[in-house]
This record gives sequence, C-alpha cells and structure tokens, in this order.
Amino acid sequence: MTDLLSKFDPLIQERETLLATGVKDPYALVMEEVKSPTIAVCNGKETILLGTYNYMGMTFDDDVMEAGLTALKDFGSGTTGSRLLNGTYSPHKDCEEALKEFYDMDHAMVFSTGYQANLGIISTLAGKGDYVILDIDSHASIYDGCAMGNAEIVAFRHNDVEALEKRLKRLPAEAGKLVVLEGVYSMLGDVAPLKEMIRVCKENGAMTLVDEAHSMGFIGDNGRGVCEDQGVIDDVDFVIGTFSKSVGTVGGFCVSNHPKFEIMRLVCRPYVFTASLPPSVMATASTSIRKLMHSGNKRAHLWENSKKLHKGLRDLGFEIGTPEAQSAIIAVIMPDLERGAMMWQALLAEGLYVNLARPPATPANMTLLRCSLCAEHTSEQVDQILGMFEAAGKAVGAI
Amino acid sequence: MASREEIMSKVETLIGPFNNKGVALKDATTFAGDLEWDSLTVMDFVAAVEDEFDIIITMNMQAEIETVGQLADAVAKLMDN
Repeated sequence: MTDLLSKFDPLIQERETLLATGVKDPYALVMEEVKSPTIAVCNGKETILLGTYNYMGMTFDDDVMEAGLTALKDFGSGTTGSRLLNGTYSPHKDCEEALKEFYDMDHAMVFSTGYQANLGIISTLAGKGDYVILDIDSHASIYDGCAMGNAEIVAFRHNDVEALEKRLKRLPAEAGKLVVLEGVYSMLGDVAPLKEMIRVCKENGAMTLVDEAHSMGFIGDNGRGVCEDQGVIDDVDFVIGTFSKSVGTVGGFCVSNHPKFEIMRLVCRPYVFTASLPPSVMATASTSIRKLMHSGNKRAHLWENSKKLHKGLRDLGFEIGTPEAQSAIIAVIMPDLERGAMMWQALLAEGLYVNLARPPATPANMTLLRCSLCAEHTSEQVDQILGMFEAAGKAVGAI
Repeated sequence: MASREEIMSKVETLIGPFNNKGVALKDATTFAGDLEWDSLTVMDFVAAVEDEFDIIITMNMQAEIETVGQLADAVAKLMDN
C-alpha cells in the first residue's frame, strides 16, 4: 500500500528540524482569553495582538454584540440549510441591504466565507474558453477559484501594469476575459495601481474583479477600499470582500452593479451547496457594516498607527515590505525561516503576537513577521510594541 | 515563420540567465528536475518566452510542459495558431 501522506514527508522533516532547535510551534498558538480587540492571554501571559485582521476593532463593539445576541434569541443558532432553500432569514437579506448601502451598489450576495466568495464567483464567471488573468501574488482563494473552473489561466508579474496590458493584447479579442486584482496584497501590505490597471482592462475589453478584503472599512473616504481611494470603483465590475477582517465576524460577499448579477445565486455552486451563515453572524455583520460607514475618525487613527509603526520599525533597522505604510499591514522581512521563528518566539515572550508568514504563502520565498494594526491600538501601545521589537530584535541578533 | 531549430536556439538563449548550474540543454532536459527551477524562476522565464515570441502560455499549458523540447513544441504550435 502506498501511504498517501508520504508526499508530506519533506514538510514533516522541516518542521521537526525547526522545532528541534527549541523554538515553539508558531502554528499551534492558543488564545486562552480574549480581553479586547488588541489584548489576549496566550500561555498565561497578557499579549498585545498585532497579527489579527481586526483592523477596525469591531469584535467587542457593544452594538454589534447586542445585535448578535438578539438575533441568536430570535432566530436560533443556525439555519441548517442553503441560501436557496430554507437558509435565507430576514437577517441575511438585511445584511445584503447593508452591503448595498455601504458600497452604494445595486446587488450584494453573501457567502459563508470570503474564501468561498472568490471560489464561487471566479469559477462561475469564467467558464470553458474564457480567460482569467491574475496577478502572480494572488491569494490562495483566487488560485483555487481558477482551479475549480474551466477557464484558461494567465498570470502576470505582481502589480506590473505593462505586463498585464501586454498579455491582454495577446489574447483573442472575442474571448471572455476576467481580470482578478486585489486592493491590498496581504503578505507585504502593498497596494495595487488599480487606476491604471482598470483602465488597461477596459481598453482591452476585459471585465474586472477586485478583492478588497484587506482594505474594506479602512481605505477610501467611505472605507470602500482601494478602488474607491483611486477613484475607479464605478469602473470595477465585481468587488469581493469578507466579514472576517474589518467587519469583525465571518462571511464573504460580492457586490456589483451588473444588471444580470442576481442569476449568480442560482448558478454559483459554493453559494448553493453549503449552509448559510447563522442569523446571529448576519446581524453582527450588518450592524458592524453600517457603523463602518461612519468611522472616519477610527480610519484616521488607524492610519496614524500604521505610519508610526512603519517609521519606528524602519528607524530600528528592520527591513519592511513597503517603502511607506500603504495599508494597516506592516511586513517585517526576516532573513530566513529559522531566524523568523526565533524572532516570533522572542516577541511572544515579550508579550506581542504577530503573524509568522512563510512560503508558499509569501512571495519570493520570503519569511515575514506580519504586523497588522487595529484602530483600537493606542498610540502608547504602538510605542510599547516598538520597544518589544527592539528588545527581541537585539536578543536574536536581527538588528 | 520560425523553424523548430530557430525556436529551440532562442529558447536556449532565454534559459541562459536562469541556468545557474550550467546544465547542458537537450530536448529532454527538465525544468523542475534538471534545472531545479522553483515556481518564481518558472514565472520569470515564462514571461521572457512570452515576450520573445509574442505569445501567451497559460498556466493550464505550463502544467503540461516539463522539458525544454516540449516547450519548443508548444511555442511552435502557439506561433502557428
């Protein structure tokens, strides 16, 4: 018998070698207690959270929690069914209304996760004979959406407008084309030149989808994302997003002004063949989304935090993924996995949690300590964080 | 249009900058095994081939191409279309 798990032996070996050096397993952290969007207890120690996607700090918002509790009492713990059959309750429709208000768009479709939103929309839109053109650094959910569909897949160099344009021009003029872009790329926290890219797509007859998972609620005057910030949101055909970041719960969505969009509910398999989200989740999401529409002050504070952390880390001598803070993600580039894991552990010992990101999730085989800020981090906490980076960086010889 | 030999010689020239190990190139030379390229190198190389011949090699096609000879054949076919 061939052991089907033997294909993972190299990874098992690599993990064993790493753990044998004495570092803690960075992928087995447990939060024993969560005190606020920015503080949790890990290994019995109070820890500042700098590696969550809780950008706008909505997880403990009083109104959000109240709405969830009310819906839990009124509608029960779950729907036990597909959106298409018995799984659409009034909170699901209200959540889609909240999205339409937030984005000022005609249609909104809620999925059970952001991953499923990309999986479903991409695989359903682009069929046999069509082309999906994507940035090489796209998120796994975008690649998986491509793998699930039957379209031809064309990749272009990260954020390279010219490479995108060249490829679009080489494709058959009459073929259906979907260009998939992200507002913020989550590994390095860099922003896409959407203005130029969307123009090139329009000139070459391609439809466009922008994943704004890491910018919703934060970037743009109304928090609609990078496409709002760069003035092209009206030219984008589909915007994908998630509730598991700024919104502070779980779920995914697609919004669009396309007049035929509603048919997607019938033909999109990851929407049809799964249970809908619990009504309490929908109520927390819609309450949070409506509050995010009026969160200009929090957005301003999150920008201050991001810029302060970026500058502070750079001044300490760390190498950062972007020349300036472009989003709430500040990625510290580590020389290799072993030193990255050592630094991660030293930070945790100081009382700071960041994300340790490694290939294949990262571009160019980089090991990253990804810091993601929250609007609820105080300026004093950012000072504290910088102090912890300095201490840990010196302890492991990273600076 | 270009002959198979001309395509092969251009492909070999394009492999040059990525051939860190100085592997002698034959039709049967594999990208993953012999040249030991990772996915990033493949991506850069594919972009170079696409630009040289003004073609698109989709990721679906790339999955089927393992050797230098198969690449030359694929390029010839794409230029024919």
